[in-house]
Amino acid sequence: MNEARPAIAPDARPRLPHGVRLVHSEAQGGWVLLAPERVFKADAVAAEIVKRCTGEATFTAIVEDLAEAYSAPRERILADVTALLRGLADKRLLEL
Amino acid sequence: MAENGAALYKPLGMLAELTHRCPLGCPYCSNPLALDPRDAELDTRTWARIFMQAAALGVLQVHLSGGEPGARRDLADIVAEAHSAGLYSNLITSAVGITGSTLEKLAERGLDHVQISIQDSEPESADHIAGYKGAFARKRALAADVVRLKIPLTVNAVMHRANIDRIEDMVTLALELGASRVEIAHVQYYGWALKNRTALMPSAEQVVRAAVVVEELRRRHHGQIVIDAVVPDYYARLPKPCVGGWGRRSLNVTPTGKVLPCHAAESIPGLEFWSVRDHSLADIWANSPAFNAFRGTDWMQEPCRSCERRNLDFGGCRCQAFALTGDARATDPVCHLAPGHEMVGALAAVREDVPYHYRQM
Repeated sequence: MNEARPAIAPDARPRLPHGVRLVHSEAQGGWVLLAPERVFKADAVAAEIVKRCTGEATFTAIVEDLAEAYSAPRERILADVTALLRGLADKRLLEL
Repeated sequence: MAENGAALYKPLGMLAELTHRCPLGCPYCSNPLALDPRDAELDTRTWARIFMQAAALGVLQVHLSGGEPGARRDLADIVAEAHSAGLYSNLITSAVGITGSTLEKLAERGLDHVQISIQDSEPESADHIAGYKGAFARKRALAADVVRLKIPLTVNAVMHRANIDRIEDMVTLALELGASRVEIAHVQYYGWALKNRTALMPSAEQVVRAAVVVEELRRRHHGQIVIDAVVPDYYARLPKPCVGGWGRRSLNVTPTGKVLPCHAAESIPGLEFWSVRDHSLADIWANSPAFNAFRGTDWMQEPCRSCERRNLDFGGCRCQAFALTGDARATDPVCHLAPGHEMVGALAAVREDVPYHYRQM
C-alpha cells in the first residue's frame, strides 16, 4: 500500500541527476537503476515512468502520457507516479 | 547451476584492486598484510579485457580501488575501458594522488561516481589516523573538484574508537563537501584492521550511542543526504550477509589478477584461487574451486544448516568464522546462535590505547 505522499508541483521537470542511469541489462534480466555503488531493480512500469523523466517533460505531462499509455484513471496514475518519484527523490536518485 | 549443485547467480558488482600502492597508512585497511608489489600489477589491456568479460557476465558496477587507484598512471585509460565496457564506474579513493586535472580527464572518460574516504572531521586527527600529513586538505580540495565537475560524491567515514563520538560532525562535513551520500563505515576486522583491532575497537556504549545518532541524523537530513551504515558486527546479534553471499553477487580482482570471492578470502587456508591470466572471468565465476567452496547452503554445519535465516545471512562471514574459530565452515561467531558466541564479546572487550601498526608495503 502506498502511503500518501506530498504532492509534486505540476510544472516540475523531474530528471535523473548526474551519476544515476536507467539501463536495460540482458544478463540481469531487466531494467535497473544504477546509482553510486547501488543497483535498484526497476519493473517495467517503473522503467516507463523513469524513462519519461528527461528534465524536459513536466510532471503533469508525464502523468497524462502514462494515463493514456496504460488506459488507466488519471487519479490512480497520479498517486502511483507521485509515490515512485518521491521515493526516488528521497534516495537522491531523482531531481524534482 | 554451479559445480556443487548450488544455484549460480550472476554477479552485480566487481571490486577492481588496481594496485596495492598507497601513500596513506590507515591502520584499518582491509587489504591483506602481504601486499602485491608494483611490478606484478596487471596492465591496462588486461584490465580492459577483464571489464569486457565482467560486463558479459552480468556485472553492472565496478569499484576502482586498491590501495590507491590514483597511483596508477593509466587510471584515465582504465576508466575509459570500464566505461566503454558499459560498466558504471565508482572511484574509491583517498584523494591523495588524484589532482583536479586528473579528475577532469576521468570525468571526460566517463567516470560515474567518486567516493572519498574521510578519516576524521578534525584535520589533525584525520592526518594522524591516515599516517599522512596533509591528507585532510587534499580530500577537501578534491571533493570541491568532484562537485564542480557535477560528479556525484560519497564520503566514506571509517568509524572506530578514535572518531566514533564524532559521527554528527562527520555527517556535517559530508554535507559541507557537497556529498549526496555518506557511509558510516564501522571498521570490519580483516587484514590490517584485524592486526590493529585492540587499538580500533569501540566500546559497546559507543556503538549503541552511534546507532542512536545515525537514526537521528537520518531523520534530520532525510532527502538531503543518504546515510548508509555498516554494522559493527562484534556487537551484533545476527551476522551480516557478507558480500551478499559467497560467490553470489560480487567478485574481487587483485592487482596481480587473482580472482577472489571477497577481499579477505586468501586468509582461509586450502582454497584454490584462479587468475585472469589463465582463465576467463566466466570460467572462474562458475568453476573456480574457491568460488564453489561455500556457495549455496550444502557446506553449512548446524545451527546454520537448518536455520530459517540461512538464505538471508548465509551464516555470516567465512573469513571471520575462520579468523575467530579456526573453522571456515563454522557459524560466524557474531551470531548469537553460534556456539562460542561469547568469545566475540570477550575479544571486543580487549581495547588498548597503543600506537597503530600503520599499513605499509
